[in-house]
Amino acid sequence: MQMTADGRDTSQIEQVKTAMRDIYLPSERKQISGGGNPHVTAKVFSIYYGEFEAVKKVNADVLSKYVTSIIGPSGCGKSTYLRAINRMNDLIPGCHTTGALLFDGEDIYGKFTDEVLLRKKIGMVFQKPNPFPKSIFDNIAYGPRLHGMNDRKQLAEVVERSLRKAALWDEVSDRLDRNALGLSGGQQQRLCVARALAVEPEILLLDEPTSALDPKATAKIEDLIQELRGSYTIMIVTHNMQQASRVSDYTMFFYEGVLVEYAPTAQLFTNPKDRMTEDYITGRFS
Amino acid sequence: MNLGTRKILDRSFSAVGIGSIAVMGIALLIVIVPIVYNGLGAVFFTETIEHRNMLYNEFGKGDKAELDKENAAAGIYRKEAYSMLSRFEAEMETMEPVRQQEFRSKYGPVQTALRHLIGPLPGDEEAILTRYRYGQTRWEKAEEKLHELLYEAKWDYSDPNSMAKEYFVSRAAEFEGTSLVRLFPYVENNLDKMLQPRFTVYWGFLTDSSVDSHIFGGVWPEIQGTFFLAVGAMLFAFPLGVIAAIYFTEYARDGFFTSMLRSANSTLAGVPSIVFGLFGLAFFINTLKVSESKSVLAGSLTLAIMILPTIIRAAEEAILSVPKTYKEASLSLGSTKWNTIMTVILPAALPGILTGGVISLGRAAGETAPIIFTAAVSVGSAIGIADVLSSPTPALSWNIYNLASEHEAAAEIRHVQYGMVLALVSIVLLLNLSAILLRARISKKLKG
Ligand SMILES: Nc1ncnc2c1ncn2[C@@H]1O[C@H](COP(=O)(O)OP(=O)(O)OP(=O)(O)O)[C@@H](O)[C@H]1O
Ligand SMILES: [Mg+2]
Repeated sequence: MQMTADGRDTSQIEQVKTAMRDIYLPSERKQISGGGNPHVTAKVFSIYYGEFEAVKKVNADVLSKYVTSIIGPSGCGKSTYLRAINRMNDLIPGCHTTGALLFDGEDIYGKFTDEVLLRKKIGMVFQKPNPFPKSIFDNIAYGPRLHGMNDRKQLAEVVERSLRKAALWDEVSDRLDRNALGLSGGQQQRLCVARALAVEPEILLLDEPTSALDPKATAKIEDLIQELRGSYTIMIVTHNMQQASRVSDYTMFFYEGVLVEYAPTAQLFTNPKDRMTEDYITGRFS
Repeated sequence: MNLGTRKILDRSFSAVGIGSIAVMGIALLIVIVPIVYNGLGAVFFTETIEHRNMLYNEFGKGDKAELDKENAAAGIYRKEAYSMLSRFEAEMETMEPVRQQEFRSKYGPVQTALRHLIGPLPGDEEAILTRYRYGQTRWEKAEEKLHELLYEAKWDYSDPNSMAKEYFVSRAAEFEGTSLVRLFPYVENNLDKMLQPRFTVYWGFLTDSSVDSHIFGGVWPEIQGTFFLAVGAMLFAFPLGVIAAIYFTEYARDGFFTSMLRSANSTLAGVPSIVFGLFGLAFFINTLKVSESKSVLAGSLTLAIMILPTIIRAAEEAILSVPKTYKEASLSLGSTKWNTIMTVILPAALPGILTGGVISLGRAAGETAPIIFTAAVSVGSAIGIADVLSSPTPALSWNIYNLASEHEAAAEIRHVQYGMVLALVSIVLLLNLSAILLRARISKKLKG
């Protein structure tokens, strides 16, 4: 048995890396055209809860139209970072930021930035499915109505298009007027994706979208992410490394608020530059 | 704790729980049953021809021809009684002065008792108060009054160590040897012919105004007044309360000012209602001069101040119980805060807000103290919607108190008092019931 300098079993590490490579098959993915520009750029960007620096001096470009996953142990600041992008952290008293976070070159935390407009362009899906206690139709139509669409026919089109994109249309097309809370957890989560898509965002933020779902529903959401890849910039927080390697093109690894490593997914999982990353993806801590 | 003790504890706790619920149920029955029984007596009772005459004369209700026929039938028996009176009066004229004096003083009360029973005697002047123009309108009352005609109440003071005892002396015995002695058995035997009792359902109790301060008629002005006052209070307090609750839950930052406001609100909820009454008088009438004196407006405002803390509390709780995820979802779709409140938070909080509102409405309808100085009068006719700014109004809560304690003939109108109580209790129960139904309906809609 071969050992590394600090006493780890190298053959085991190799095994994990091989497994990861098998999961991640970039060649099977569709080509992305017109993407790859910096969409969300962090520059020495820190997020504080009061005195506590939850995310520390991050520098990173998230590329447009690609899927970027964020991994890291619990409490490392993944959600905090994700929620900073559409300013959901504004809801938390005492939460503030330093440095710059740019969306298409514009400062998200700029003095004159309209966070309402920003959120329209940066949609979000949460860990727990959270449909409104309204009909399926009204859930999807909520965003478009907010932004001034009132024509019933036009709304119906948007609802159908969004539900189709979220691969939910076939399951719910005959009961659009039923309360959304009657759907299964997986359906509810896809409804939430559809609801976010209905406002035609540029970026989709997903915070552990499958952690409350069973494997079948999880697979559907992952397929959905593959479908949407190339049309939207997608950022997904996940605890499931197989999921990260299956769905994402790039992966960010956070540890205690620090962005330790950010690289193409294939590279990060098979050939991590940082010891910490390696330890994490081989399951030495979580 | 071992399993045995735990089981015994559980059991004894449920026994105590069931016991206390049973005690409450019994207490409720003891209160509710007499109210319902006696209160229904204001609508369902055995009326006499005097009641039908009163309804015809005062309210123009009834069939004139039918009534004339009945009066004629009753008149035959009454005439006989009246002729006994005049025969006795003639007889008194022939008596020697001392004896005549003695009988005259005994005869007066007999006349009075007969007037109470079947109405004014022939030759009486038209009475000013309506109550003296009719005999007993309710059969069970007539039977009581018959006793007063047949027996004289006297007091026995012979035992100085105890309270005086009431005892009854037959009037027939007192008039022994005169012609009047025949009157008493005659009236006793023919009272039903003279008064023509008949079971009736008098819905007018709910829809008529009162005549001669509730001696006759119904309680419509009170019901309407209660309605105006409660709805008026709601018009002020509900929007204000919901807005305040939105402010507290969504806009206020935690700090000195907010906690001051919150504790002020809690304190307000505990202030005795009579204090609100005095405050209403001092502030709305004397200081702001919203009206010259008592008015529905002043009363509504006072009630509104009183129920405001409850509405704020209920609305706050309802808003806080809306899952945070709804708000997040809405904001993440590019909704403004205001829009989120209006389209997501308030609809989801609606059942709770409405429940608080309707319960407050019931409270506003039932409170007496706040309207004593600001809106209520004991006797009054129904006011129009146009008068609410300047006119006071009778109201169920106040008139129940007034009729039971301050009315000069309180003992004669128990049925009206109970009827009012039942009306008020029904209104409040109905409101609460509608709150429950409304809540269930909306919750069902929200849950899908
Ligand atoms: N509202 C808050 N107020 C104060 N501290 C917070 C708040 N939310 C999160 N934190 C802290 O910030 C750090 C990062 O939290 P965050 O929720 O971003 O972690 P995470 O990586 O998403 O974890 P998980 O995988 O468990 O979701 C944690 O230490 C947490 O305790
Ligand atoms: Mg998280």
